[in-house]
Amino acid sequence: MKTFEKILLKNMEQPGYAGSLAEYERAGGYQALKKVLGRVPPADVIDTVKQSGLRGRGGAGFPTGVKWSFIPRDHPGPRYLCCNADESEPGTFKDRQLMERDPHQILEGMAIACYAIGAQTAYIYIRGEFRLAATILERAIVEAGRAGHLGADIHGSGVTVNVYVHAGAGAYICGEETALLESLEGKRGKPRTKPPFPATHGLYQQPTVVNNVETLANIPHIINRGGAWYAAIGVPPKSPGTRIFCLSGHVKRPGNYELPVDATFRDLIDDLGGGMRSDKPLKAFIPGGASAPFLTPEHLDVQLDFESVARAGSMSGSGGVTVMEDGTSMVWAALRLMEFFYHESCGKCTPCREGSAWIVQILQRILNRQGRPDDVRTLEDICGNIGGRTVCAFGDAEIAPVQSTLKYWRSEYEALIAEAGALNAGRKDIPVLSVS
Amino acid sequence: MRPVSGGVAGGMVFDKHRDFIAELLTRYPVKRSAILPLLNLAQREEGCVSQAAMREIADLLDLTPPQVFETATFYTMLSLKPRGTFHVQVCRSLMCALVGADDLLAWLRAHLEPGADGATADGRFTISTVECLGSCATGPMMQINDDYYEQLTRDKVGRIVNDLKQTGDCALKSGPFMMPERK
Ligand SMILES: Cc1cc2nc3c(=O)[nH]c(=O)nc-3n(C[C@H](O)[C@H](O)[C@H](O)COP(=O)(O)O)c2cc1C
Ligand code: FES
Repeated sequence: MKTFEKILLKNMEQPGYAGSLAEYERAGGYQALKKVLGRVPPADVIDTVKQSGLRGRGGAGFPTGVKWSFIPRDHPGPRYLCCNADESEPGTFKDRQLMERDPHQILEGMAIACYAIGAQTAYIYIRGEFRLAATILERAIVEAGRAGHLGADIHGSGVTVNVYVHAGAGAYICGEETALLESLEGKRGKPRTKPPFPATHGLYQQPTVVNNVETLANIPHIINRGGAWYAAIGVPPKSPGTRIFCLSGHVKRPGNYELPVDATFRDLIDDLGGGMRSDKPLKAFIPGGASAPFLTPEHLDVQLDFESVARAGSMSGSGGVTVMEDGTSMVWAALRLMEFFYHESCGKCTPCREGSAWIVQILQRILNRQGRPDDVRTLEDICGNIGGRTVCAFGDAEIAPVQSTLKYWRSEYEALIAEAGALNAGRKDIPVLSVS
Repeated sequence: MRPVSGGVAGGMVFDKHRDFIAELLTRYPVKRSAILPLLNLAQREEGCVSQAAMREIADLLDLTPPQVFETATFYTMLSLKPRGTFHVQVCRSLMCALVGADDLLAWLRAHLEPGADGATADGRFTISTVECLGSCATGPMMQINDDYYEQLTRDKVGRIVNDLKQTGDCALKSGPFMMPERK
């Protein structure tokens, strides 16, 4: 693998770096904020971010500068920034590291984003389980406020930015941006129908930008070093930059690895992750969190950028890469993920609510050697009736594990069903299993 | 601000948090936004979200108790029923399951022998399974109350349970994010 410079994990990988304000400032922190406040017009800040080509790291990969530019300039009321720190996609754990090890990098990015879109108030919506990260962020906000980097009249510029940590209470769906807004408004976290989009009707129906933690952490660096600098890294012009990939599963060295997206899955898994944990070869991997379709060893040389992964039939999503060794049952793996989606479906849309329960039941009975001959067809039929038929992208996400394992490992399903046929021949009762 | 009182319980749950609540309400232009922070606080105070707490929150935020109930029942971390002193939440999602979460859960259950509701007879432990806690590279893992415990083995879990029984605390809990060891 060629050498490259880390952007986001650079500070925290210095021995002893603990993410205090003093350390962050010593590493050049808050210079970007000082550089723009009162000196560079907000529209120019947005242009720089546009020029960088930075795309959202929360899953959808929407160009960040473009998103910011959708905030109406002439809006008379308040605007809001929400930092999405819900990080609940199974296989994803990069935001937690960013928050716990270098919180000021995120806060500086947020302050700059607020300045660019004209927001005075920003909320960090953090999943309730991340108590340690929330405490670290709260402490960092106080520190930054005392140093004049946040609060009223930042560094005498007249700009005010107040940042608050808002903890959720356990619900994956609150990572979906409109569900996040509902939850922040004190309601059940159910996604809203779009349009209207948050850019015009977001938090309290005011113009709002929702950005992922990692997205915002990139901002100070882009401001410091320029849009063109960032745009030249990775796979320009569509997928520039580095990304943090969360490596988990049957590898020797699981963990977070930042690398430019022109690297391949093989670089990530073999070079950085140290390869498989035992002599069992790789059987399957998920390239972008639980919502991304499974891929096979044939896809190891695919590049990590959004387009390449999409061309391979999956998605780069949240950057969670999960590796599975030979011997892992794909029906079992699909069921585990499906149980997650069943548990987390918010219940708003019928296809997702009912469909997830049916899929879990069918997968459970296939795995318990009670599958029926037409179960594979039924699964395909249910999946086909969920995708594209729900208010938010959760519906498309939950069918990914089932559809992709059916695509590549259909014989595993069929073998289990054949076993059931032999085992249960002559039985008249139809086994009914309850969803756990 | 209105005095922190009212509801049937006469403001008992939040009385000692008056200053925090006053500050909390300044963070949002719409009071209802303070529901989750207050529900989380109530659970921290009482171990669960009581009817009295929900009434008090309604009172504080100019809502009806059913509105608070409606929100409270959406979120899995909030419990309307009391739980054990130590709420042991074992992650069962795929990434942890790939590295042995099921084995650990089975061991914990065999060792602590919880009842059907997940609670041990002495009320000290409640065992639940949870979905991914954002710690998949250091699995199998579990959260006990606020603390994460990662890279678990049977031995380690045994020590954690013992420590908690004996001292109410355990030094094996995780600090800030573990980096992967580099070679
Ligand atoms: C079901 C679902 C869950 C999501 N969970 C998260 C999450 O935990 N964190 C996150 O940043 N984005 C999540 N997203 C994506 C957000 O809706 C949104 O696109 C993102 O926060 C925008 O930020 P970005 O442009 O910086 O990526 C989720 C989307 C869906 C449909
Ligand atoms: S799967 Fe267990 S923490 Fe992510």
